[in-house]
Amino acid sequence: MNQNRREFLRKAGLGALAGLGAAAGLFPAFALENTDLSVFSDKPVEGKVRWGMLIDTRKCLGDCTECIVRCHHDHNVPDFGKSKSEVKWIWKSEYEEAFPTASAQFQSPEVEHRRFLTLCNHCAEPPCTKACPTEATFRRWDGIVSMDYHRCIGCRFCMAACPYGSRSFNWEDPRPHVKELSNTYPTRMRGVAEKCNFCSERLVKNELPACVESCPQKALTFGDLNDTNSELRKLLAANQTMQRKPELGTLPSVFYII
Amino acid sequence: MIEKALKGGRGYWTWIAFLLVVIGFGVTAYIRQLTLGLGVTGMGRDISWGVYIAQFTFLVGVAASAVMLVLPYYLHHQKAFSKIVIVGEFLAVSAALMCMLFILADMGRPDRVLNVMLYPSPHSMVFWDVMVLNGYLFLNLISGWAVLGAERKGVPPASWVKALIYISIPWAFSIHTVTAFLFAGLPGRHLWLTAVLAPRFLASAFAAGTSILILLTFILKRVANFDAGSEARTKLAVLGSYAGLANFFFLGTEFFTAFYSNIPSHMHTMQYLYFGLEGHAPLVPWMWLSLIIGLVSVGMLLSPPLRRKSGALVAACIGMVVSIWIDKGVGLVIGGFTPTPLEQIVDYMPTSTEITVTLGIWCIGMLVLTLLLKTAITVKQQA
Repeated sequence: MNQNRREFLRKAGLGALAGLGAAAGLFPAFALENTDLSVFSDKPVEGKVRWGMLIDTRKCLGDCTECIVRCHHDHNVPDFGKSKSEVKWIWKSEYEEAFPTASAQFQSPEVEHRRFLTLCNHCAEPPCTKACPTEATFRRWDGIVSMDYHRCIGCRFCMAACPYGSRSFNWEDPRPHVKELSNTYPTRMRGVAEKCNFCSERLVKNELPACVESCPQKALTFGDLNDTNSELRKLLAANQTMQRKPELGTLPSVFYII
Repeated sequence: MIEKALKGGRGYWTWIAFLLVVIGFGVTAYIRQLTLGLGVTGMGRDISWGVYIAQFTFLVGVAASAVMLVLPYYLHHQKAFSKIVIVGEFLAVSAALMCMLFILADMGRPDRVLNVMLYPSPHSMVFWDVMVLNGYLFLNLISGWAVLGAERKGVPPASWVKALIYISIPWAFSIHTVTAFLFAGLPGRHLWLTAVLAPRFLASAFAAGTSILILLTFILKRVANFDAGSEARTKLAVLGSYAGLANFFFLGTEFFTAFYSNIPSHMHTMQYLYFGLEGHAPLVPWMWLSLIIGLVSVGMLLSPPLRRKSGALVAACIGMVVSIWIDKGVGLVIGGFTPTPLEQIVDYMPTSTEITVTLGIWCIGMLVLTLLLKTAITVKQQA
């Protein structure tokens, strides 16, 4: 009898403890210690910063691919060797490809043959984030259009919505096709979309985007579009610049000097 | 009631077995796609949607067209449709099911499909489409099943069924409108970026959908000895002919706006589809075939003596379905990606894996439709 009672009390006690433990896990309010939110004092302010880029296409050399190689290496961008499955974050385009709605008759032959760097525009009004049914792609507090590769369902609506062809999809497993594995950015899995992230992983370390840093001609300027004193804004004020397909109202954060 | 679908003759079981075999091939092909990724399809970074989304778009229209029976029967008491309202509702159920399967087949990560519900995003048209399609499937399944059940017992259907039926009428218009909005709200895709897309989707849906219904009545008459009546067919043919006429009128307005305004981006896709662009013209014969047989079919359906002749009616209906299927199931979705945002012309060709999966899903839809119609007809013939 006594033995049974002791056994019962022991089991009931263990059960109650387990229940409390589970409850604490299920309901955060049950946790014994509250998180002190004030330690996260440098919480980002929504919309205060808007990262942007200016590409001086006059300085960009025709067959130089430094920035592309560096970006694709740092971000483990796979190379499938065929255009159908191609994944690209930054690449070079002809004038008519990059600016089809700003086509000029009797263009100077030099501009006609110049190659223009194209990448995600990190639009202030991005059509891709609007089309995404799971917020797997979203606009961050600092204007960067970012991706959550673990939430993406691979519906490719963002690809249909992007008017710049800036989005790629992993049609096959990308990992075997990464030439030289880099530890600076995670690899992706099959079936999700991806694109340029303005090197958000470098920005948190106070480093410039890989493309900007690697350009031997210093043709790329990166900065805060909301800061009137930034080098970027000064250059924008001093030069005649262009955005891609401005008539669509997407407000690209990437600017060009032709 | 579903047990009624388990009793059938030799022809019935042969048909079921045939469908199951094709479904088996489809499932095998899908497993291949699941293991290797969507790279096994003809889709790529430029043509990022293909036959799956195209079939989805076509079938949403077929689902919506049940309203062509439900509306006249329940709102205007068109007694001619009393026998086939249930056929329309069950066609809608199977078409909506196929739509969802095609979406699933198109997903890169089908394992995460529930994310659409877990992170509801009202700014995304996909979210709304998933909502309205699921809703429509269940509205039709529940109301159709309930009306049938009441008929079996020889009692009038419960009053809540009427409410569901009335809700399903505007709902039918909503599913195809939202489907059009999936496309029509994307900047930089000029074939789709047109306010007339939703009305045109509805018109082409009602043209193809009524034609499929007419063809179904002929099939049921032959294989199940269930005749919906020639009056029902003629009335459907009239509805289909005007819907077809509206569809081609809308297409004409697209041509006018693109080519009279002479704006290159508006013309490019139309040129690619109907005349060829920079030497690329893979869809040109298809689009002209669609246009010609579509117009001939509308003409035949409009002519009272022709639409009363069974042979002519069947031919016109097949023509209508083929025409709209090419237009929506091939041209609209695939053509909309050309030229690409970087002004390139990329041709697309579905792979055998993709086609097998597509056929498999069609057969799943036909299997569900067969089982539902077998039940419905047995109940009606015994009642």
